[in-house]
Amino acid sequence: MIESQEIKPRPSTSSLAPAVPEPVPAELAGKSGPAFWQSLEELAGTERFKDFMAREYPTQAARMLDLPERRTVLKLMGASLALAGFNSCTRQPDEKIVPFAKSPEYLIPGQPLYFATAMPWAGGSIGLLVENHMGRPTKAEGNELHPASLGATDSFAQAAVLGLYDPDRATTVSNRGRISTWEEFLVAIRAQMNVQEARQGSGLRVLSRTVMSPTLANQARELLALYPRATWTQFDAVNRDNARAGNILAFGADVSVHAQYDKARTIVSLEHDFLGGGPEQVRAAREFTNSRRVRAGSTLMNRLYVVESSPTQTGAMADHRLPLRASEVGTLARLIAKGLGLPITAPAGASAAAVRFAEAVVRDLQANRGSSIVTCGDSQAPAVHAIVHAINAHLANVGKTVRYLPPIECLPQATGQVEAMRKLADDMRSGRVETLVMIDSNPLFDAPADLDFKAALAKVPFRVQVSTHVDETALECDWQIPLAHFLESWSDAKAFDGTVTLVQPLIAPLFGGKTAHDVTAALANLPGQSSYDLVRGYWQKQKADAFDVNWRRWLHDGLVAGTQAAPLSLTLRAFDDKDANPAGGFEVAFKPDPTVWDGRFANNGWLQELPKPITKITWDNTIQLSPTTAARLGIAVGDVVTIESGGRSVSGPVWVSPGHADECATVFFGGGRTHCGHVGVNAGFNAYPLRTTTAMWSFIGTEPKKTGDNIAIASTQEHVDYEVVQHEVEKREILRVRTVASFAADPNSLDAEARVGRPDHGHHPTSLYATAVEGEIARGERDVSQYQWGMVIDLNACTACGSCVTACVAENNIPVVGKDQVLRGREMHWIRIDRYFDGPKENPRFHHQPLPCMQCENAPCETVCPVGATTHSPEGLNEMTYNRCVGTRYCSNNCPYKVRRFNFLLYSDYATETLKLQRNPDVTVRSRGVMEKCTYCVQRINSARITAKREDRTIRDGEVVTACQQVCPASAITFGNISDPNSAVAKQKREPHNYSLLDEELQTRPRTTYLAKIRNPNPELETT
Amino acid sequence: MSEKALHDDHSELIGPGHTLGTITDKISEIALIEPKKTPIGWLAVTGIASLGVLMLGVTVVNLVFTGIGIWGNNVPVGWAFDIINFVWWIGIGHAGTLISAVLMLLRQEWRTSINRFAEAMTIFAVMCAGMFPLLHTGRPWLAFWLMPYPNTMGMWPQFRSPLIWDVFAVSTYATVSMLFWYMGMIPDLATFRDHAKNKISKVVYGLLAMGWRGAARHWDRYETASLLLAGLSTPLVLSVHSVVSFDFAAGLVPGWHTTVFPPYFVAGAIFAGFAMVLTLALPIRAFYGLKDFITDKHLDNMAKVLLATGLIVTYGYALELFIAWYSGSPYEAYMITNRMSGPYNHLYWSLILCNCTIPQLFWIKRFRTNVWMLFFVSMSVNIGMWLERFVIIVQSLHRDFLPSSWGMYSPTIWDWGMYIGTIGFFLFMFMHFIRLLPMIAIFEVKLLVPRSGVTGKSGGPSHGKKPGSHGPDAHTAGAGSH
Repeated sequence: MIESQEIKPRPSTSSLAPAVPEPVPAELAGKSGPAFWQSLEELAGTERFKDFMAREYPTQAARMLDLPERRTVLKLMGASLALAGFNSCTRQPDEKIVPFAKSPEYLIPGQPLYFATAMPWAGGSIGLLVENHMGRPTKAEGNELHPASLGATDSFAQAAVLGLYDPDRATTVSNRGRISTWEEFLVAIRAQMNVQEARQGSGLRVLSRTVMSPTLANQARELLALYPRATWTQFDAVNRDNARAGNILAFGADVSVHAQYDKARTIVSLEHDFLGGGPEQVRAAREFTNSRRVRAGSTLMNRLYVVESSPTQTGAMADHRLPLRASEVGTLARLIAKGLGLPITAPAGASAAAVRFAEAVVRDLQANRGSSIVTCGDSQAPAVHAIVHAINAHLANVGKTVRYLPPIECLPQATGQVEAMRKLADDMRSGRVETLVMIDSNPLFDAPADLDFKAALAKVPFRVQVSTHVDETALECDWQIPLAHFLESWSDAKAFDGTVTLVQPLIAPLFGGKTAHDVTAALANLPGQSSYDLVRGYWQKQKADAFDVNWRRWLHDGLVAGTQAAPLSLTLRAFDDKDANPAGGFEVAFKPDPTVWDGRFANNGWLQELPKPITKITWDNTIQLSPTTAARLGIAVGDVVTIESGGRSVSGPVWVSPGHADECATVFFGGGRTHCGHVGVNAGFNAYPLRTTTAMWSFIGTEPKKTGDNIAIASTQEHVDYEVVQHEVEKREILRVRTVASFAADPNSLDAEARVGRPDHGHHPTSLYATAVEGEIARGERDVSQYQWGMVIDLNACTACGSCVTACVAENNIPVVGKDQVLRGREMHWIRIDRYFDGPKENPRFHHQPLPCMQCENAPCETVCPVGATTHSPEGLNEMTYNRCVGTRYCSNNCPYKVRRFNFLLYSDYATETLKLQRNPDVTVRSRGVMEKCTYCVQRINSARITAKREDRTIRDGEVVTACQQVCPASAITFGNISDPNSAVAKQKREPHNYSLLDEELQTRPRTTYLAKIRNPNPELETT
Repeated sequence: MSEKALHDDHSELIGPGHTLGTITDKISEIALIEPKKTPIGWLAVTGIASLGVLMLGVTVVNLVFTGIGIWGNNVPVGWAFDIINFVWWIGIGHAGTLISAVLMLLRQEWRTSINRFAEAMTIFAVMCAGMFPLLHTGRPWLAFWLMPYPNTMGMWPQFRSPLIWDVFAVSTYATVSMLFWYMGMIPDLATFRDHAKNKISKVVYGLLAMGWRGAARHWDRYETASLLLAGLSTPLVLSVHSVVSFDFAAGLVPGWHTTVFPPYFVAGAIFAGFAMVLTLALPIRAFYGLKDFITDKHLDNMAKVLLATGLIVTYGYALELFIAWYSGSPYEAYMITNRMSGPYNHLYWSLILCNCTIPQLFWIKRFRTNVWMLFFVSMSVNIGMWLERFVIIVQSLHRDFLPSSWGMYSPTIWDWGMYIGTIGFFLFMFMHFIRLLPMIAIFEVKLLVPRSGVTGKSGGPSHGKKPGSHGPDAHTAGAGSH
C-alpha cells in the first residue's frame, strides 16, 4: 500500500503525473479501459485517486470540503480581529476622481436645472422643460411658452424619461448579430453609396417616420439631390392619409387644420378623439376645458357632441354622445350637412336616433354660426373630411374657430404614406432596392400586412435598421445602429402650428446612440458633421441676423421665434361625394392603443401599467365589443376571439365596453411586440396582421369567433356588475353632477339632480361634539401652521388622459409592478382616475374622478397605525414615515378612499443601473413591506419653503405646484394654501359646487375636494 | 336530575369502580410508558403533524425572504388569511381559559377532567395565533416596534391603535394562561416524578415539579394561587377577544364598525373553543380509553355550552342584519347584500349553516351524547367559525366605500401552507403534550371519587378554609398510595 502523503501534490501545478505507485493495484488487473487516460489510478477510479484529483484540480465545491481544523479557524479569527484595525491602511487603487475645479455655470449640487427641448411626434411635437439633476434628466415638464404644451404634457412625454433609461435599449452597433462599430458601418455604407452614386441612387431607399425636423428634412433634400433617383419614404402606423386626401378633395391642396376649441360654443366631433392621445391632445384639452370652467357668476360653457364607434376620452366628455359604427359616422356627417342646407345627399337608412341627433346638432350649429367647430377623425374617409370642411365654411367658422395652416410635414410626400409604403414594398419586391436604410421605423411590425414587408425586405441586399431597440425589423437587417433618444440628441422639431423647437440633449448618449442626422450625414458622405453642427448650421442659414444671441434665446425659450405659420386663405372646391352608403355586415375598426400607441412604447413600463383612460386596462390591448353584441355572440370579458380577413387572422381578448356601437368590433393595435425588450414582449396581441393598405382603419368582415380560451385582463377597476355599481355610486353621492342651466339659476341649491339620482333627505349628520380637529386646535394640542395645504379637482375638466398618473410615477419614484401584480390588485399609483358610468349600458354617460390621497383632517389611517408611521403635519398633510412603517396594512384597510399602496414585494428596482439615474433624488425609494401614498409632493413644498425662508418671505400662492397639477393639460387640479383666502385654491373651495367625498358619512374632512361635474345638455336630446 | 344533585353526586362524571390508585395508574401510564412502547397511532399522528411543521417552516422562510406578496393579500383586502387565522386560533384558545378559570369559580366540577388539556390547547392555540400578527407585517424583523420600550429616539407605539391593545391583550393572555397551566400541573408532575421508572424522567419531572411534596403548606399555597390566577384569568376571557374585536370595531369599514362585536366575538370564541375541545377530546377519549374520566355527562355539558354560545353568535348575525337595515346607511346595507348575494356569498351561507343551523341538533339529548354526532357538529363549528372570520374580514374589505376600488381576494398556496402549517404545529405540540405531560388533572379527578366522609365538594370556600383536607384526599405526592 502507498501512504497517502506520497501522492499529495507538490506545489508545482505541472506535475500531472503523480508518483507512480509501484505495485499496480489489483483493481487494474484484467481491465481494458478507455483509450486515453492520465494514469493507471484514474483508469481504476479508486477512491484514493479521486481524492488526489480533487486536491489537484479542485472545483469550488471541492475546495469547500477541505475544512480547516478548529485551531486554524481560531487562529484565523484572532488574526482577522487583530488585523481589522489595519483596514484603513489598505492602499486604495489609483482611481482619480476629478471634482469640478471650476463648477459649470448654474450647477449647484441638489438644485435641478431645467432645459427646454421638445418631444418629436408625427403631427406636431410638444415642447418640454426637462428637469436635470447633476447631469441626469429625471422628469419632463411642459414648456409654457410652447403652443402645443402650454405648460402641460401628455403621458407619452412624461414616460419619455423612462424610455431614455430603458436598460433594454440597443447598446451597440451590430452587423448580422455581431458586435461592430460605427466606423465599420461607415466603411460598409460608403461602399454601398459608391455603388449608388453611379446609379444616381436608383437602388437607395430611406424609410423613416414622418419627418418633423426641418434640419433632417433639409438633409434629406440634400441627400436626394446627390442621389436623384433615390426616395425617402415616411410612414407612421397612425397617419393622416385620409385627412390629407380630404383636404386635397376640398381645397386642392393639403392643409393642416387648426381648430381653436376655446373659441367655440358648439363642438361636433365625428369620430375625432381630439382629447385623446396624439399631437393635439394637450393643447386641445386646455382649450376645450377653458370654456367649460363653470363658476358661480360665470356660467358660459361649450357643448360637445360626439359621434363615435368606441368610447374615447372625447366621447366621455361629451354632453351628447351617439355610438355609431365607424362607417355610419359619414352618414351622420351627411345628415348634418344636408340639414344645414349644403348640396349633399344623405343616404337613407339612418336610424331614428341618428336622425334625431343630427337634427338637434343642426339647430345648435345654426344658432352658433361662427362659434362652432365640426371636426372629424383621421379614420374617416376623405369625403367626410371634405364635407366637414364644407360645413365649417358654411357656418362661417373658418377664420374664427377653424384655421387652415400650411401642412406641417417637413418633407412632403407626393402621395399619402400608405401609398408611399406600397410603392416602396413593390420596389423592394421587384429587386429595385439595393440599399434600404430605416430610421426609427419598424415596418416588420407595423407596416400594412398585405405588403408582406418581411418577404420584400428579404429581397433587399443591404438593410440597415436605425432603432432604439433591437426590434422585429432589426433582426432581419444586416446592420443595426442604436438610435439616440431625443433626450440625448441635437435636433429640431415642428409643432402643429409650425413653431420650431430646438431639441437639445440633456445627457450624452447612454449607449452610444446615433441620431437620424448622423445617419443621414453618413449617407450623404458627410460623416464628420455632428448633429449639433447640422442643426446650428441649418438655422444659421435660415435666420442669420444676430444668430448667436438668438440661438441662445431659442435654446433657452424652447422655440425659434417667428416660425409660427400664418393661416392660409383657401377656397372650397366643389367635390364629388362618393362612397356615401355604408356597407352592411359586421364591421371591424382599428384604433391605436391609448397608452403604448402604435407599439413604440411597448417596452415602457410606466405606459404599459398606466390604466387606459376608459377601460382602465393595463398591460393588454383588447378587442372591444358593445354589451349587446357581446351578449348576442355569447362572448364574455377576457374570451379570446379570432377575427379573420383575407386569409389573415388575429386572436385577442375581448373587453365588453359600455357605450360601444353595436355590430362592430374595435381592435386596438400596438400590443403583441415580439422583440422590444423584456417589459413589452408579449404584452397584448399583435393586431397589425389585419391592417391592410385598403383597411387601415376599418373593414367589413366576419364576426369574431371564440377560440375557447379566456385570459385574465388586468383592469384596475374590477368588472363588477354594471347596475350594482351604478346604484351604489348614486346612493353614496360619490359624484355630483349638475346641468349648467340649473347651476346658473341657483348655484347654491343642492337639488335632486346635484347628486346623481339620489333625492336629498336633508340628512347632514353632525357630531354632538366639536369635531376632533377643532377640539384639538382649541385645546392647543395641534400645531397650526400658517400654511394649510389643500387641493381642488374640477371634475368638469378632467379628460382622464392619465398624464397626472404618469407624472406622479416619474416624480415620486413609483415602481412598476407588472401584469400579475395588477391582477392581484397591487398597482402602486398614488393617484388614480376612477371611471363611473351613468345611464343605460348601450350609451352611458361617463364620469372621471381623479383620486389622490384626500389628506383627511380626521384621517382614519392615522389613528390605527400601531407605530405612528403615518401622522398629521401642522400644515395639514397626512404624512408617511417610511422608515417607521412595519407594514400592518391597517391604515389601508381603514382608508375609505383606498389610496394607500403597499410594497407587497420588493417592487423598486435596486439592481438596474440606468433606472437608478432616473430617480428623483428628493424622494425616498421605498423598499418591501412599507406602505406609501400621495404626499401632495411634499418635496416640492419643502423646496418652496427653503426658497421662501432664504428670501425671508412667505410662500406665494402658486409657488408650490404638485406634479399632477403641473402636468394636467386640462388644468383640472388646483393646489395651495387654503388658509389664505386669496389663494386660487381657497377661491375654488368657496365655489358653491365644491364638495367633499364621503365626508358627510365619515367626517373625514378631506383636504382634497371636488368641483361638481356640470353638464350642458341640449334640452332637445336630454330625454334620451 | 336536579341541579343540586349534579353538584353532590359525581357518578356521572367518573366511571364506576375507580379508586385513587386506578386513576393515578390510568392517567400516568399514558405519559410514563416506555419510549419503545409508544403507540403506533400516536407516532402516525405526530408524524403527519411534523409534516405540517415542516410546511410551516418552509412557508415562514419564504415569507420572510420574499415578502408577504407571496400571499394573496392586496389593496383593498389588506388582511386576509393572516388575520382570519389569528382570530380563529385566539378564539379556539378561549375554551381553555373559560373551563379552568370561570368554571372553577363557578364550581362546575365536571370541568376537572377536561380542563388540563383545554388549557394546553389554549397555550398552543395562542402560539399559533401569535405567529400571524408577527409575520403578517411587511417587515416582521421590526415588529418589536409595537412593544413600548425606552429608546434613544423617544419613539413609542401609537397607543390609539387597536393593534397595540392587541399586543397587550394577547401577550398578557399568553402569560397568564401559561402560568395557570403550569402551576396546575405541579402536583401531577410530582406524581409522575414518583411513578417514573427511568432516570431521565425522574430528573426531568422532578425539576418540573419544583419540589412538590404534597405538604399541607403546599396545598394551601396552591389553592390560593389557583384562586388568584383564576380571578386574573376570568376578565381575560372577556377582554382578549373583546380587544381582538376592536381591531375591527374601531375601524370604519362597513361590516367592521359595529358595537355588537365585543360580546359577539367573546361568545364566538367560546363557541369555537368548545368545538375544538370536543374535536380533540373525542378521539383521545376513544384512543386511550378514557371514557371513565370523560364521560357522557361531560360531552352532554359541552354540547349544551356549544348550543348556548351558538345561539348567542346567531343573535350577533341577526343583529348585524337588523342594524344594516335600521341604520339606513347605504354602506351597511350593501355590505349585507354583498354578503348574501355577492361573489363570496356561498361562504356566508356556509357559515350560517355551520354555525347556526347544524348546532341546533343539540336540542336533542340523544345527539348530545352520540360521539359521531358530537364530532360532526364540532367540526362544523370549527369550519363555521373560520368562515365567520373570512366573511367579516375579506367580505367587508373587498367592497367598501368607493366602488372603483372594489376588488377580489383569492388565497395562494402560501396562504394555505401557513394555515395548514399552524394546524400541523398545533397538533405536533398537542401530541407531545399528551405523550409527556398529565393530560388529565389527576388530583382533581380524584376529588370526584365517591369516598366515605369526603364529599368532594370542592370549591371556593372549602379551598380557602380547609386546605389541609385536600392533602390526604388527593393523596398524590409522597409515598405511593397503593
